[in-house]
Amino acid sequence: MNQTQNIHEIKELETKKRMLEIIDLRKSFGDNHVLNGFNLELFEGENLVIMGKSGSGKSVMIKCLVGLMQADSGSIKVMGKDITKLNRVELDDIRTEIGFLFQGNALYDSMTVRENLEFPLRRHKKKFENITDTTALVTKTLESVGLAHTINLMPSELSGGMKKRIALARALILKPKIILYDEPTSGLDPITSKEIIELMRHVQKQYKTSSLIITHDVDCARVVSERMILLVDGTNYAEGTFAELASSKDNQVRAFFK
Amino acid sequence: MQKNSAIKSFFIEIGELTYFTGRFFRELFSRPFEFKELLRQCYSIGNRSILLVGVTGFIIGLVLTLQTRPTLQEFGAESWMPSMVSISIIREIGPVIIALTFAGRIASGIGAELGSMRVTEQIDAMEVSGTNPFKFLVVTRILAATIMLPILVIFGDAIALYGSYIIENAKGDVSFVLYFNKVFKTLEFSDLIPATIKTFFFGFAIALVGCFKGYNCKKGTAGVGKAANSAVVYASMLLFILDFIAVFITDIFFEI
Repeated sequence: MNQTQNIHEIKELETKKRMLEIIDLRKSFGDNHVLNGFNLELFEGENLVIMGKSGSGKSVMIKCLVGLMQADSGSIKVMGKDITKLNRVELDDIRTEIGFLFQGNALYDSMTVRENLEFPLRRHKKKFENITDTTALVTKTLESVGLAHTINLMPSELSGGMKKRIALARALILKPKIILYDEPTSGLDPITSKEIIELMRHVQKQYKTSSLIITHDVDCARVVSERMILLVDGTNYAEGTFAELASSKDNQVRAFFK
Repeated sequence: MQKNSAIKSFFIEIGELTYFTGRFFRELFSRPFEFKELLRQCYSIGNRSILLVGVTGFIIGLVLTLQTRPTLQEFGAESWMPSMVSISIIREIGPVIIALTFAGRIASGIGAELGSMRVTEQIDAMEVSGTNPFKFLVVTRILAATIMLPILVIFGDAIALYGSYIIENAKGDVSFVLYFNKVFKTLEFSDLIPATIKTFFFGFAIALVGCFKGYNCKKGTAGVGKAANSAVVYASMLLFILDFIAVFITDIFFEI
């Protein structure tokens, strides 16, 4: 029964559109080999969690994925396009399909919340030429993260959880098909973490995004993940659902869930 | 061994700075142009420095006149004061001292601002959102400083001459019209033009070093402090080197 179910799930995945595909990704800094042939597939509408210890290459991988870092070898396909072969204009175009939530939020602290959200719009006017009222779009996006009243505040006036929500709103304003979350709950208290996790689920339903979540927070992984990859020494050490990996007999896998 | 690595890192930095400068000129002439941000930076850089430049210029004028007067008095040559002070201020003291105060204010400001943007991933966020951060942050700041410093130096020079006039008026009973008549009779375009041209290079160098240090900032918040500090040190050093080259070239063309 279980085997039939697995085959059915695999067949279902194969028919789904691949939003992200990483094949044999390698990246080294001198003698430090961070990624040693990492592979990944993210399907449409899926929540994929990557777990790994600090220094296991999670952040390097996600930076390679949006072209902030150049991989030594391997291919990275975003919605079928190999980003390692794109020029700057094409790369910027494909980046409008990806929302990136940075670990430290990366809100522009010399700008108000409104200006932070308007910033990605200014460069992609073509995509939004039908939108004449940017204020309405900014307000609507802020409403979706529950912070419409902060529109004229500066980032320094916001709490940690609010900053995270605003950063998520900024990532959502271009209506991306893929969202990359880099440690979305790090540095937050347990209650705020739960709120952010709930918000991530809500956003996925509302915007119908596919999400790649990098985290070492087991609670976050349990709630949001549909599939997980454990990243150890720059390679895919184990892959499966949360329940499968949590019940694994492998000591290295079990260490993640303690 | 340690000496070797210091020399090596020095040359690596020179290479990186050269590449950074080359990238500035490449990005300067490619679209899109960030005019709005350029104007914002011109206003911000000018506005941040104008009071400092004014006060510095005024004090330069006062001090230079106060210090020089007794020596000229000994030779009965007080009437040469306006000529001497104006040439010193316009040719050398004004541009160099005002550029140094500008470096202290702007190079460190840019170094710290871009440095903190780098360590808090704001520059990465810009890149991801489709804006070229080099063009938006670096090109606009360098261009703004290159445009604004000459204007600030002209303003500072004028204030310095006014400061000098105040002392002359108080000590020697020289009228405003007489003082500035003498100043303009002495000054020639060969004094003004090379001095103004070199301030463009000063402004460029100050912002270039500030941007280079901030944009390539590493190692967290400690790196931000280091970037701001080394931006001022290198910018000031570069100023003197550029000044020497400028004086050397002026000497060839204008025989000062």
